[in-house]
Amino acid sequence: MPFTAKSGKFNASIRSLTIGIGDKAITLGGECVLPFYSFDAAIENAPKVGIEITDCGMAAEPESVQKYYEGCTSVTDMAKRAAEFDGVDFLSLRLEGGDPNGLNKSIEELIRIVKDVAAAVDLPLVVCGCKSEKKDEELLSKAAEVLNGKNALLLAAKEENYKTVGAAGLACKQVVGAESSVDINLAKQLNVLLTQSGVDPQAIAMNIGSAAAGYGFEYVISTMDRIKAAALSQGDAALQMPIITPVACEVWSVKEVIASESDIPEWGSAKERGIDMEVETATAVLFSGSDAVILKHPESVATISKLIKELV
Amino acid sequence: MALKGLDIFKLSPKKNCKECGSPTCMAFSMKVAQGTVSIDACPYFSEDAKTAMREAAAPPMKTIKVGTGDQQYVLGGETVLFRHEKTFVNKTRYAVALCSSMDDAVIEEKLAAIEKVDYDRIGERMFVEMVYVNYDPKSGAVKYMELVKKAAGLNRVLILGVEDPEVARTALDLCKDSKPILNGANASNYEEMNAVAAGAGVALGVSGENDSELYDTLAALEKLGNKNLLFNANTDSIKAAYATTVQYRRAAIKDNDRTCGYPSIVNVAKLARGDNHLQAALLAAFTMKYGSILVADHLDYAEALPLYGIRQNVFTDPQKPMKVEPGIYPINGGDENAICLTTVDFALTYFVVSGELERSGVPCNLIVNDAGGLSVLTSWAAGKFSSSSIAKFFEEQDIAGKIKCRKLCIPGKVAALKGELEAKMPDWEIIVAPKEAVQLVKFLKDMQ
Repeated sequence: MPFTAKSGKFNASIRSLTIGIGDKAITLGGECVLPFYSFDAAIENAPKVGIEITDCGMAAEPESVQKYYEGCTSVTDMAKRAAEFDGVDFLSLRLEGGDPNGLNKSIEELIRIVKDVAAAVDLPLVVCGCKSEKKDEELLSKAAEVLNGKNALLLAAKEENYKTVGAAGLACKQVVGAESSVDINLAKQLNVLLTQSGVDPQAIAMNIGSAAAGYGFEYVISTMDRIKAAALSQGDAALQMPIITPVACEVWSVKEVIASESDIPEWGSAKERGIDMEVETATAVLFSGSDAVILKHPESVATISKLIKELV
Repeated sequence: MALKGLDIFKLSPKKNCKECGSPTCMAFSMKVAQGTVSIDACPYFSEDAKTAMREAAAPPMKTIKVGTGDQQYVLGGETVLFRHEKTFVNKTRYAVALCSSMDDAVIEEKLAAIEKVDYDRIGERMFVEMVYVNYDPKSGAVKYMELVKKAAGLNRVLILGVEDPEVARTALDLCKDSKPILNGANASNYEEMNAVAAGAGVALGVSGENDSELYDTLAALEKLGNKNLLFNANTDSIKAAYATTVQYRRAAIKDNDRTCGYPSIVNVAKLARGDNHLQAALLAAFTMKYGSILVADHLDYAEALPLYGIRQNVFTDPQKPMKVEPGIYPINGGDENAICLTTVDFALTYFVVSGELERSGVPCNLIVNDAGGLSVLTSWAAGKFSSSSIAKFFEEQDIAGKIKCRKLCIPGKVAALKGELEAKMPDWEIIVAPKEAVQLVKFLKDMQ
């Protein structure tokens, strides 16, 4: 008697969402099965991998990442270089220099960088705000304006600023990222609020929050598992948006990655620790149901891209 | 799956003799189904009927024990497909692979490397629990036996990768008391391998060309009376391996197909084909989705640190929060004169707070209270993180005797405790820290 597995294909599916324009545009979502369950039904669109750079340029990057950008003198140079790395589907520009508790760069300065980067590369763009919800209102609105016609993703609208960021996305025809903090109810509520304020549900991607491997990651797993269950088996339309997860900004600051080789010699190469933390966290996020991940190290990007190709 | 009263009644002697204490066999069957009376109260239930019942009532996934003593591990026994449905119970275990085709120097190096990764994370020892010892027929049985002996010296659970029954028997003679796993049954040798495994009393790993052949071999072994089994995920491709682990687990738990309900072995080393970062990804992937034993080519700290973290997270019981040991945690070289901050023993709180404190670079002492493993506000609401509990904890732990600094920062969310604490701990200057951990870096730097 041969083994015949029952199919776990669902009647509902995740919404498809396109980011970017032209040949390089990417589509997230569309699947009607659990993550990588290609034996149940074909997976419409393979998960996508983005690479992250910041407005702070080389200075903000860990040593092992800097080597890949050798010779770059501006953020634009880095963007061009990043676009060439193996496995990169889209580019994420994090405007962390705008953080009022950090460098507190002016909005004009940051928007200039957004404009330059957008002009230099033809990859789909994700623009991530600074840490302040208040400042993001103006920052992401201006970014939406200068990226007119690029179909970029604004990351992100949060509970505190969704009205402004959502309106900017709507007015300039950009995709809106809805960011919540690892809670299925908050994720759903924000999607509903954004939709009520006029944003097309087809133009929303969720960032449900993340953590580095080992750092309360069980909440990330269960939140994603439950979101996928609600979206697919119960057909909850308010949770059928594809999920995009910034992994880089979580993993490169944990102890396992930043501890120096001289402080804890038995842990070995700091470069390898960084890549493996990023790779394993990204894998776990993808296997929980993320439709896209944002990474920092070119070797992580290549590895995750290879893994996805093997599975879809 | 629990049996219904009627199913039990069908198997009952139907004598209504009342010897069990119940008026009728029907009433007795109902009580057994509810679990209020043991089946053994009836003297006339046949042994066959009892066995049939026990099997029908058994969980869909078998629980397999391997190893002995403090190196004994329980595999399988899962009852749900997702951790939020209840909890996962038996952790994924990791093995590093050795092969008798390897040079002695390589083997020595690998053996030494296996012992290197060994550390503690939130009260759990993290290390490579198993060693996979593969038999290469070209190098011969003698060399293999030497390797088995060497590997046994590590005191980890051995997995013998042997498909030759004679070699398997000799190898088991060397190590069967430590209850290794014999991984080598397939469609063509399963009868002999079954005899060898059963004779030595060890669990048997089964492989197949494809998932159907694997299923048939498992079924055939069950027919021979062996249910101490594990199955190998297909190694043709990553996609095929994932298909085996997911589909078998789902068939067992959702569709109650017990032939699929055995722990899995995934040979990640083979799937990664020498790509170290891909191996790291696969270790994470199969820890998430249904690998019981993962066989790696090697496991160094870079791969282990995130991996064991993921495993700890995946296998945490959602109903029991992870706790850290209460006590003083010096950070950034904080000594007895460094500023003190206090918080709760909920693992996530500890990680977030200690991470931010480390980032600040300011030497300090983090004093973790015993708050029942709850977060700041939850434990405060439950009365487990109050001015009295903090004052009592400080006294019990003799914090004042261990630390000279008298500045104590409390979480911003429990700012209300300031007054009470000042009254109960008059020697201390109580400072209200920010509400969110991310604001700690600025807070500490500003204070300096």
